[in-house]
Amino acid sequence: MTDKQQTIPNGPGAATVLAAAIGCFVLGVLALAGDAVPSIARLLNIWNPTGPLSGVTAAAIVIWLGTWAILSRLWARRDLSMAAINLSALLLFVGGLLLTFPPFMDLLQGK
Amino acid sequence: MEITIRDAVTVVHGMGFGALLLLGFSGAFIGLYAMSYSTNPWRPAAAERRLFNLYLAGLALLAWLAVFAGAYLIYPWYRAHPPAGAVDLTGFPQRLLMSSPTTIGWHDIGMEWKEHIAWFAPICLTALAYLVWRYGADLGRIKGLRTALFGLALLAFAATGVAGFFGAMLNKYAPVRGGHEIVLMKAQSHD
Repeated sequence: MTDKQQTIPNGPGAATVLAAAIGCFVLGVLALAGDAVPSIARLLNIWNPTGPLSGVTAAAIVIWLGTWAILSRLWARRDLSMAAINLSALLLFVGGLLLTFPPFMDLLQGK
Repeated sequence: MEITIRDAVTVVHGMGFGALLLLGFSGAFIGLYAMSYSTNPWRPAAAERRLFNLYLAGLALLAWLAVFAGAYLIYPWYRAHPPAGAVDLTGFPQRLLMSSPTTIGWHDIGMEWKEHIAWFAPICLTALAYLVWRYGADLGRIKGLRTALFGLALLAFAATGVAGFFGAMLNKYAPVRGGHEIVLMKAQSHD
């Protein structure tokens, strides 16, 4: 049992963590893009009652799930450095948080 | 004692999904700690493990229900545009908040942040539920993954807290109200 436990690869877990971070970062990038560029806001407006938020969240979910599927497949049997994965994920999460925070969005746009 | 349909949907979104989710975090944190950090880790039996997996999946489901109800049921009512020249803005919460310099921040910062950050919670909770289902009792031995697991839980909790706080405050200053009225109870006046 111990041998079996020791060979469990952390790849699928790393894929899960990194994909979630990428999804949240993309959400932040799209929120900023929709706020700053009217043509992008129109593009993201896939359901008018909800406005650009509908496209921002739908695109972020698609990218998150797509990235998760791809990375899970690539890393299914691999053992990766979780320190590097966690650091990358932390940076992406912090980036996503900042990009969704309106005063920071305004700062980037020079408002 | 009456409530409008929009009030009712907002209550389900905020109290039914959001508040229940916030409460549920305490159980998740305790379970995760017991499984992965304790010096004498909890080794759940198969049935207990299934139950904990279901509990975490339930939290993720609550988060998804909260964000979808918020974005696709309540937000359209919140951001509705009043007809030109309208003076009474009570049915148009966003415009009501933006009509005064003392309340505009609740929209510009509160709603603008809440509508985006809230989505971090279901994404992180789905990832967390998957990790616990996939690795279970082995999480305690995989240090980096254990750290990530608590990071995801903390971020989901923070996102839910921010969304919940601003949701409550927005509904205080500009309630989403209107539509068909539901009579909850008939009462007589008492002196």
